[in-house]
Amino acid sequence: MRKILLSVLLYLVHLQVVAAPLTIQITEGAQGALPIAVVPFAWQGGGQGPGQDISEIIRADLARSGLFNPMPVQDMLARPKDGKDVSFKDWRVLKMENLVVGQVQSNGSSGYLVRFQLFDVFKQEQLAGYNVPSSERDLRATAHHIADIIYEKITGKRGAFSTKVAYVTSINKGGGKQSVVLQVADADGFNPQTIVTSSEPLMSPSWSPDGRKLAYVSFEGRKASIYVQGVYTGKRQKVASYRGINGAPSWSPDGNKLALTLSKDGNPDIYVLNLQRRSLQRLTKHYGIDTEPAWSPDGKHVVFTSARGGQPQIYRVPAFGGKVQRVTFKGKYNARASYSPDGKYMAMVNRNGGAFRVALLDLKTKAMRILSDGRLDESPSFAPNGSMVIYATKVRGKGELAAVSIDGNIKQRLALQAGDVREPAWSPYSQSNQRN
Amino acid sequence: MKLKMVKLIPVLAAVITLAGCSSIPGFGGDQDEDGGAPVAEAGTAGATEDGAWTGSPLNDPNSLLSTRVIYYGYDVSEIQADYQDVVAAHGSYLAANPEVRVTVEGHADERGSREYNIALGERRANAVKRLLLAQGASERQVATLSYGEERPADIATNEASWASNRRVELAY
Repeated sequence: MRKILLSVLLYLVHLQVVAAPLTIQITEGAQGALPIAVVPFAWQGGGQGPGQDISEIIRADLARSGLFNPMPVQDMLARPKDGKDVSFKDWRVLKMENLVVGQVQSNGSSGYLVRFQLFDVFKQEQLAGYNVPSSERDLRATAHHIADIIYEKITGKRGAFSTKVAYVTSINKGGGKQSVVLQVADADGFNPQTIVTSSEPLMSPSWSPDGRKLAYVSFEGRKASIYVQGVYTGKRQKVASYRGINGAPSWSPDGNKLALTLSKDGNPDIYVLNLQRRSLQRLTKHYGIDTEPAWSPDGKHVVFTSARGGQPQIYRVPAFGGKVQRVTFKGKYNARASYSPDGKYMAMVNRNGGAFRVALLDLKTKAMRILSDGRLDESPSFAPNGSMVIYATKVRGKGELAAVSIDGNIKQRLALQAGDVREPAWSPYSQSNQRN
Repeated sequence: MKLKMVKLIPVLAAVITLAGCSSIPGFGGDQDEDGGAPVAEAGTAGATEDGAWTGSPLNDPNSLLSTRVIYYGYDVSEIQADYQDVVAAHGSYLAANPEVRVTVEGHADERGSREYNIALGERRANAVKRLLLAQGASERQVATLSYGEERPADIATNEASWASNRRVELAY
């Protein structure tokens, strides 16, 4: 009995360590961010009201995008909860360009009805207004959706606040033992959930295009294998466990195939696994290292890292096989490339001197721009709207996640309080999150 | 055989039930595998058995075989000259002891991308395996596994830790 109690306690302690949310800190802000006031949403009902401050979540989302400068609540002179109570003149005096007001009502026994309105202060016009049913559990998600709507109405681009980030965390358990977990959190770092736990390494999470599955590498049983796991079902399947390396899975845009690295034929090369037919096609054949495949958004090409020229550089090959072409020529070391969702850019790891940094290659102009400023930055992954790149960095010897806008102007750190965090993968827009 | 199993099931079930509940006095306490203090009134102890002979040339500090980790330069996968004799000695040992198995684990330092480092670790492991085979070890005795940078020997971030992480370990 005592033993059981102890293991329950240990489990709880463990959960607490793992569940510590990411804290986000904007390290470099953009000039000219748009001033916006998001008034605290009024609770229309008895008792305490919801456990989450929706307006605070919205303000944090907008600030994190770097495009907005939300007004601190204590500077607000009025707190209207409805458009008809708004005195636009007051907000103009405060130099706000946009204003968000809202309220939360009880909606049946366990639900809420969230109502919000977005205004253009100068035109005194409503830009958006919604009634959204929610629940205690979904309030954060509702707030992220509202932030997405505000972002899209004002910038004209789709927001990415309702998306997820997958990443690998290793927790030192003392005595040379480590626990490695694959986690999925909201894009703001909250609500982290562990979907795989292992005492052996876990690597290279890759989202399916519908945002419902993750492919990853696990070393359980002292062998590298590739698994595909349902993020919300927890069910998984081993899809590749050949002799040697089974690594770097990357989902094709149509969701039917995985590009991966196998060394079963003697040397690491790029293969495509058809998940339905379970057939394997070899894309590269070279005695140098070929690894880290990634698809172009149109599904026509696969880019990969190859040392065939002596040093690692990015190459590309037609997705059904064909001639290999070199993509990068600047710098002695370029690795782990991925395309932006619009196919116009490629993010990669570039070594300059002793520093490994995230670089962005403009595929049209061929200009290469260094986006990050650490010394051991790696694993860049685009937000699904292409506005930012999340990557892994080291701060005082500890692995952390960071994000940077693709113009390089806005930088932020996402610091997990416990453990070493690495290999972030920003989810696509999930199909269950598709708006109508 | 089937019949015997059927007869055994109720007995097994009883044992499992009892074993799962350590609060019954005199039962389970001394079976506590976590080494917790026994709760039974009577305690038992085993006498110390003479140690079995485990001598092996692998443990002879004067033998090259006692070296089971070999180190590499940055982005290098060839065995450095200082370690050729060590790997050759392991190859000869395996050739002389065909029942012995070894896993050659390749590792890299943390610089560079992770999957590239998996490939680099495999190249290091394969170079060692080739020399082991050249010395007469057989293919079925030698397995390889690359951990890349995922299992550092030293978690610090500096030249010294990187040097100790660029390695191949021979795991018998």
